[in-house]
Amino acid sequence: MKIVVDLSKPKGEREQYIPLTDEEIAERDSQAVQAEAERVEQEAIEAQKAADAQAGRDALVALGLTDAQINALLGA
Amino acid sequence: MQLIETIEVGAGGAASIEFTSIPQDGVDLKVVLSGRSTDGNNYFGLQFNNDTGSNYNYKLLSGTGTAVSSATITSGSFLRIYSGDSDYTANTFGNSSAYIPNYTSNSAKSYSTDALNENNSTASIQNLGAGSWTGTSAITSLKIYGAIAQYSTASLYKITAD
Repeated sequence: MKIVVDLSKPKGEREQYIPLTDEEIAERDSQAVQAEAERVEQEAIEAQKAADAQAGRDALVALGLTDAQINALLGA
Repeated sequence: MQLIETIEVGAGGAASIEFTSIPQDGVDLKVVLSGRSTDGNNYFGLQFNNDTGSNYNYKLLSGTGTAVSSATITSGSFLRIYSGDSDYTANTFGNSSAYIPNYTSNSAKSYSTDALNENNSTASIQNLGAGSWTGTSAITSLKIYGAIAQYSTASLYKITAD
C-alpha cells in the first residue's frame, strides 16, 4: 500500500491509500537491492579504513613506539 | 514555519508516503519523521519529483556514543531519512528531519538532515547528513519510501518569507 497526499485538495480529502502495482513492487524490490548494495559497499569501506588504521598502529608498535607515543601522534 | 500536512501510517504499514502538488509559495521545506521500519533498515529513502535516477549525493556522520563513522554516497538513487529499525526495542521510533532550502529554485537542491535512531539503552545513534539532488526543477512532490511501520508519522512544513 502506498499513501499519496495530494496537497492541492482540501484537508480531509488529500489522502489516498493505493495498492502497489506489479511494476511498483518490482521497482521497490530493485531499490531495496540497490540500497543493500550501497550499505554493503559502505561497510566494506569502513572495514578497510579500520584495518588500515590498525595496520598503521601495528607498524608503529613494531618500530618501538609506546601506546602513549602513538596516541599522542595520532591525536587519539 | 507552517505545517502543510501530517500523515500517520495506519494498520498494515505503508510502502511509501508521497506528498504531491506541494505549494510553491514557500522558501524552504522541512520534513519531520517519527518512523520505524519493518524490514531491518534504520532509514527510508527520500526522493523528489519521482526522480529515481542516480542524481542524489550525500555525506553522513554517525555517532553511537562509543564509536563514530562516516559515509559518502555519490550518484545514489535516493537521500536518506532515518527511522527506527524493526530490530530495535519494540515500539521505539526514530526521529529525523530533513531541510531543503530554496525548493522552488531552478538549480540543484541541497539537503541537510539530523536524526536519532532510538533503541533505548542498547544504542542511540545520532546522524548528521548533508547532500544534494541534482534536479533543477522546482520540487513539487516528495516521497518517503521503505517498509514503513504503523504509527509512523511524516509531517511536511514550509518556511515562508513572512
